[in-house]
Amino acid sequence: MTTGQKPAYELLGLKAREYDDICSRLGREPNYVELAIFSLMWSEHCGYKHSRPLLKNLPTSGERILQGPGENAGIIDIGEGLAIAMKIESHNHPSAIEPFQGAATGIGGIVRDIFAMGARPVACLDPLHFGSLEKARQKFLLDGVVAGVASYGNCMGIPTIGGELHFEDAYEDNCLVNVMCVGMVEHDKILKASASGEGNLIILFGSTTGRDGIGGASILASAEFDETAEEKRPTVQVGDPFTEKKLLEACLEMRDQGLLVGLQDLGAGGLSSSASEMASKGGSGIDMNIAKVPLRESGMEPFEIMISESQERMLACVTPANKAGVMAICAKWDLDATVVGAVTGNGRLRIFDGDEMIGDMPVKALVDEAPTYCITPVRPLHEADVALPDDHYPLPGDLDAALLELLASPNICSRRWVYRQYDHMVQTNNALWPGGEAAVIRIKGSRHGVALVTDGNGRRCYLDPRRGARLVVAEAARNLSCAGARPLAITNCLNFGNPEKGEIYHQFQEAVEGMAEACRELETPVTGGNVSFYNESFGKAIYPNPVVGMMGLVEDTGRIMTHGFKEEGDVVLLLGGGRPAVDGSEYQLRIHGEVDGRIPDVDLNQEKKLQTFVRGAILEGIAKSAHDVSDGGLACCLAESAIESGVGVTVELEAGPRPDVALFGETPELVVVTAAEADLERLERINGAGVLVKRIGRVGGNRIRISAGGKGIIDTPVAEAAQVWRESLEEAVAG
Amino acid sequence: MTASPQTHTGVHAVRFGVVVFPGSNCDADSYDAVSTFAGAEARYLWHKDEELDGLDCVILPGGFSYGDYLRCGAIARFSPIMKAVRRFAEDGGLVIGICNGFQILLEAGLLPGAMHRNEGLRFVCQLVNLRVENAAMPFTHRYDEGQVIQVPIAHMEGNYFIDEAGLSELEANKQIVIRYANESGEITGEANPNGSQGNIAGICNRTSNVFGLMPHPERVCDSLVGGADGRGVFESVIDFVKNR
Repeated sequence: MTTGQKPAYELLGLKAREYDDICSRLGREPNYVELAIFSLMWSEHCGYKHSRPLLKNLPTSGERILQGPGENAGIIDIGEGLAIAMKIESHNHPSAIEPFQGAATGIGGIVRDIFAMGARPVACLDPLHFGSLEKARQKFLLDGVVAGVASYGNCMGIPTIGGELHFEDAYEDNCLVNVMCVGMVEHDKILKASASGEGNLIILFGSTTGRDGIGGASILASAEFDETAEEKRPTVQVGDPFTEKKLLEACLEMRDQGLLVGLQDLGAGGLSSSASEMASKGGSGIDMNIAKVPLRESGMEPFEIMISESQERMLACVTPANKAGVMAICAKWDLDATVVGAVTGNGRLRIFDGDEMIGDMPVKALVDEAPTYCITPVRPLHEADVALPDDHYPLPGDLDAALLELLASPNICSRRWVYRQYDHMVQTNNALWPGGEAAVIRIKGSRHGVALVTDGNGRRCYLDPRRGARLVVAEAARNLSCAGARPLAITNCLNFGNPEKGEIYHQFQEAVEGMAEACRELETPVTGGNVSFYNESFGKAIYPNPVVGMMGLVEDTGRIMTHGFKEEGDVVLLLGGGRPAVDGSEYQLRIHGEVDGRIPDVDLNQEKKLQTFVRGAILEGIAKSAHDVSDGGLACCLAESAIESGVGVTVELEAGPRPDVALFGETPELVVVTAAEADLERLERINGAGVLVKRIGRVGGNRIRISAGGKGIIDTPVAEAAQVWRESLEEAVAG
Repeated sequence: MTASPQTHTGVHAVRFGVVVFPGSNCDADSYDAVSTFAGAEARYLWHKDEELDGLDCVILPGGFSYGDYLRCGAIARFSPIMKAVRRFAEDGGLVIGICNGFQILLEAGLLPGAMHRNEGLRFVCQLVNLRVENAAMPFTHRYDEGQVIQVPIAHMEGNYFIDEAGLSELEANKQIVIRYANESGEITGEANPNGSQGNIAGICNRTSNVFGLMPHPERVCDSLVGGADGRGVFESVIDFVKNR
């Protein structure tokens, strides 16, 4: 089978030996329809060819995990018969080509994953990474992505309540647009993407099927970018949030009426992927008649119908008795609905065009038997063995100016410009609004709440992928703990370069192992997620960036903690034993223009004790504010709490490391807590684990004052810090 | 789908109907908010319904009815229920349109004027300060005239426009109910989040039984989630109906 010079399989992204493998599984050569389907199912995006063996090492179970990886989303028990469904995904390549639609359909896809589980979506969080805002194209990308997220999420009525925003040159040609959705579901209403029961019907409903997004998963998501990137624009889908909103309501009505055997959304790989996965999960087969599929345009080839990634479509498995009920709900919501197939017992996906069979493949081969590859890892030369000495860089002459420069960094300053464009209040559940350590949503009718955060740190993972990944998990958990929530589970989006290269494979392997270690120790199993490889352009990869979306349980929404100082005279305490370092810090990048050294490793055992202590201090009503030391170090941490409250702080540090390292160095295992003087004894009493507690100052005044060894090193008015922090992003976007 | 009415013996509950258009997304928020008030009950109305029997107040909620395709509210106004809403309003029934609901009321001609895109051409979601301009009408009498309340907005098209003659008429008849203001209640350009003419955030019809506003009072009925300044709108309606 050849088309022009190259064989058809190669044009579809398959290797020669993979083609041979397909032939041997079929016992013959595939026809074009079958080849197109195999090329999707065996793409990196759908088949996890380079990641599957390593992902097996992640912890995926726990007493609260009702559904781990393998379904459309993970599900976590939060008590009272309720559960949280969550999942994070990437839409990096589509967004790099067409930022608005790329981001919008990213939201659409992840939201469908959540309601396919029978859950009502209650929140979105979007970690975004771009190149430097000094470049016009990056502004265009940021603007388009934020507008795309806003357009889709706002219309759906799902609040976007958190995420991340990071700018660094490594993402200039490959922005990262990760999207996370969280839903709420009662235990007995959870749906699965399974097709079972011979003779049951397969109903396709929602939008019609067109030629948009053909090859999205295989051509776009599973290859590097080069000079042909622009030509791939037609592989990006176009979103219709209005139809998706109707689809959401229709699906939840079907769920409530108990009409569904299984429900699956159509995402990457379209009908091919959805049907084969439903059959695989149900241990069944499916006969699909493409002549029945409602089309958006005429003259579509059978293979196009099978692999189209047209958005806003769902596939349901329904008993013949419930067909009328499903059809009635679709009619109520003005949605097309058609019986396109039936469940069989033969374990095969058979495609018919009317009476003619045009494809016949074993479901198992499509879903479970994509080849896997292990590459010999190569440790990149830039990964150092030792940390930089504290005096590696010259001491800045003006530390106040350095503090303001860090607060103005687009990686630290206020994100209001972004979240103001997102409807972050709809559904009226925000117990904590965006801008804090974590987002917290209440559960109506319950005292419980759910805290959510996303975290990624590509720069640190670049310097040491294992330590970096451990740090990412630890920091996400620390954020939740500082809000007063107990971390329960994560979903992950693993953004990496081309895994066929030894150095990238090394980064991936190390990061996954680091993540597994941290998730085990902190008891936050992985409930699913997504791997995004080939984030490279012209051979240059992004920073390895395993992004974590973590959820935690708030026992009492009356006891949620925020990071702003609360009262003049409160004592400032530094909890934990982390030692600050410049390696991989925002200070190193912003002030000294380098990314170098070796980041400190997190002591997971100490981290766990620290977080338990912080949560205890919050639950006991002792802590009045809590903020973890992260980007920009202790000085930025204190400044942010001061800015939030409008109240200053005076801190006296021991003479120790160099002042710039003490102020701006970054470290795991450090949290700033404030408390009333009278409560300090109580705090000591609950510190059974012996977490290091240092009293470092007092809240008060209108300046941020820090001294070390008796010598003043920072003295900045809160108002000045606040102005810089509040206005920088907007200025950078406008400038 | 009716909230349990917490009525005093012998007093019938004030009945709110929340219209669900395809694409409405603040319908549940409005329903939940109303349901928290003693003496009120809520039920959903499907946009194809043609009767509004027994209701005291109809809420056209926020969202993106029909995806806001064509123009915000332009398709929803043709929904079958809008004929009933018009009759209901003509008979003196209370109608409140919030955000997209306000846009629908404008498109339906139940309120005068039109919406432009926000001046900044971006969606804006934030808390704003509102000055109550008219506290002698069914939706606001629980507030004081000149009172400043904090209520969130969340819209792309809230830049209210009306011609000079129309504006004079609104002013003459005290139909401007709330305006965007600063914390001290001054009507300034800086306090205007969307470019709206005269900082107008909400208006009513001449008989003051139809009220449209861009801010979302239903989102601030519980201090756990951002404030309770919006409660006054629903409390005003409940009081008004009970004392009618």
